[in-house]
Amino acid sequence: MTVFYIPQDTTALALGADKVAEALLDAGGEQDQSIELVRNGSRGLFWLEPMLEVDTDRGRIAFGPVSAQDISCILDSLSTDPSSHPLYLGVVDEIPYLASQQRLTFARAGRGDPLSLENYIGLNGYQGLHNALQITHQQIVDQVRESGLRGRGGAAFPAGIKWQTVLDSPSDQKYIVCNADEGDSGTFADRLLMEADPYQLIEGITIAGLAVGATQGYIYLRSEYPLAHSLLNKAIAKARRAGYLGADIQGSGKTFNLEVRLGAGAYICGEETALLESLEGKRGVVRAKPPLPAVEGLFRKPTVVNNVLTLAAVCTVLEQGAEAYKEFGTGNSRGTLAIQLAGNIKRGGLIELAFGTTLREVVEDYGQGTYSGRPIRAIQVGGPLGAFMPESQWDTPLDYEAFTAVEAMLGHGGIVVFDDTVDMSEQAQFSMQFCAIESCGKCTPCRIGAVRGVEVIERIVANQDRDNNIILLRDLCDTMEYGSLCAMGGMTAYPVRSALDHFAEDFQRSGPDKAGDN
Amino acid sequence: MVKDNNNNIDSTVLKSIVDQLKDLPGALLPILHAIQSEAGYIPDDSVPIIATALNLSRAEVHGVISFYHDFKTVPTGAHRVQICRAEACQSMGSRQLEAHAKRALAVEFGDTTADGRITLEAVYCLGNCACSPSVRIDDSIHGRVDQPSFDQLIAYIEAGEG
Repeated sequence: MTVFYIPQDTTALALGADKVAEALLDAGGEQDQSIELVRNGSRGLFWLEPMLEVDTDRGRIAFGPVSAQDISCILDSLSTDPSSHPLYLGVVDEIPYLASQQRLTFARAGRGDPLSLENYIGLNGYQGLHNALQITHQQIVDQVRESGLRGRGGAAFPAGIKWQTVLDSPSDQKYIVCNADEGDSGTFADRLLMEADPYQLIEGITIAGLAVGATQGYIYLRSEYPLAHSLLNKAIAKARRAGYLGADIQGSGKTFNLEVRLGAGAYICGEETALLESLEGKRGVVRAKPPLPAVEGLFRKPTVVNNVLTLAAVCTVLEQGAEAYKEFGTGNSRGTLAIQLAGNIKRGGLIELAFGTTLREVVEDYGQGTYSGRPIRAIQVGGPLGAFMPESQWDTPLDYEAFTAVEAMLGHGGIVVFDDTVDMSEQAQFSMQFCAIESCGKCTPCRIGAVRGVEVIERIVANQDRDNNIILLRDLCDTMEYGSLCAMGGMTAYPVRSALDHFAEDFQRSGPDKAGDN
Repeated sequence: MVKDNNNNIDSTVLKSIVDQLKDLPGALLPILHAIQSEAGYIPDDSVPIIATALNLSRAEVHGVISFYHDFKTVPTGAHRVQICRAEACQSMGSRQLEAHAKRALAVEFGDTTADGRITLEAVYCLGNCACSPSVRIDDSIHGRVDQPSFDQLIAYIEAGEG
């Protein structure tokens, strides 16, 4: 019996993993080999998907990217010399892209069937919960605070401080809300984790519940992730049956219930207060803060709202201890960052590293340049509200403060690479357009300003009174930044300004300024 | 789908969906999702039923339906084809793919083809950003989609139905 692994992961499936699996099972039948096929999660080495792994005497070896036609040839090579096959990648754990990473949160991703609880527990799963059940609420919160863990969703707020506030807010009911509305372009780490290792998220949310005394949790998942939806629901049901959710968790007498709720295609619901409104069954309109959600959150009760990766990281903190977690990273950015390398990139994927690596190292060493083979021109980090960075800034270390210092945003570590065919005036205009489409409408500078922003950029590009319109655009950016409640209106200015500052030539393409033409 | 000839969902089915879900905390989105997955859209007739069950005004229910891109108030095509317009896909040529799709299907975003088979929509990120451009057809996501592979996917939908 030979065990094969082909991922059931959105990206692997998007590149034909199901066809490869079908071909493998067909070939297995023909050659009368006994084949066991495990549909694992992805390792996040997306440029190698669909990646086929096989258990051998040497350990798990891999081939990729594999198509259905390659299967019979790969099977033949297994009985002779696998390394002679052109798609042979070697032992999985020795693939440099993976071996050089510092995987904590993603250590289990791709190792086995994401829904196998036995597999999860066998790979140290539920150790964090086990430890959390032995200590007090305050001791759990202390561990998280001491670890230096900051919110991985983009805002980087210290998780321990948020948890402390909820713990200290007396209430008959408290909630844990997991923000799985991963709407930013260039991000897929939440999805990858939910599809490859859903129990880790469930464990992290349960630990959060124990820490602050909440008995109900919700995962607010975007509807664009149908596979994650189905896997999470199955994993929650299995965890409940095994006594990891529900009443009397593992005989502790503690209760925690968890439910997945689906969003409905609104980007703004990734903003925590809009998300809470949506969970309550309302329009996803941003709330003014204060009151903070930690004091008055879901249904006006104290609520922890954390991103998927923040809650998952809590498992590592509770399993290995705050000190061990803190050893990774630099300055006030502790632990590891799930870097997501995307866009026009040769080797895109998930790279989990301690904070501090430079953007250039990630893009050049891991990414190996653009997919198109052309020079890189701009890199947008931190999603659609992050700045476009020119080459002069690529030596910035991936660290929250270092990015803030160059008026950029590290955010959740999503990196989108553009080659030299990009027109940055189009990208700036898209930023405004996206804000106009997705604004919740509460703040006028965002709701109306974004519409005007699209128009002003159109005039600039058409060379209508260009200099004055550039002044107007910058003024509009300031109004949006200072006059909006949340990051949607407040940060749309970042990509727009960075395009103006670093790629001014793209706004001048229609010739010299003809002031007063309109 | 339980529909009569006018493409309306049976009102007893509607009421049973609402009854089953109305006691959930924050029940409105789950109810709307359930109705849409049954009927393919949210029929106008359902608004007063939901409003009564949740003790909301019809305006409040309508306000929620109209806020979210997912909820449709008119029937859509048999298949939903979504093209990602977000930045990672743009960096890999999704603007050209989008123009091609509109030409090939002879529709704009939000419209349904004349034969009622396909509704074309814009989407902002499918989480497949390392292998852009991405297209979602119903619940399956496709990566590195170029113009020929888009045409193939569409041909496959049409053949599947033919």
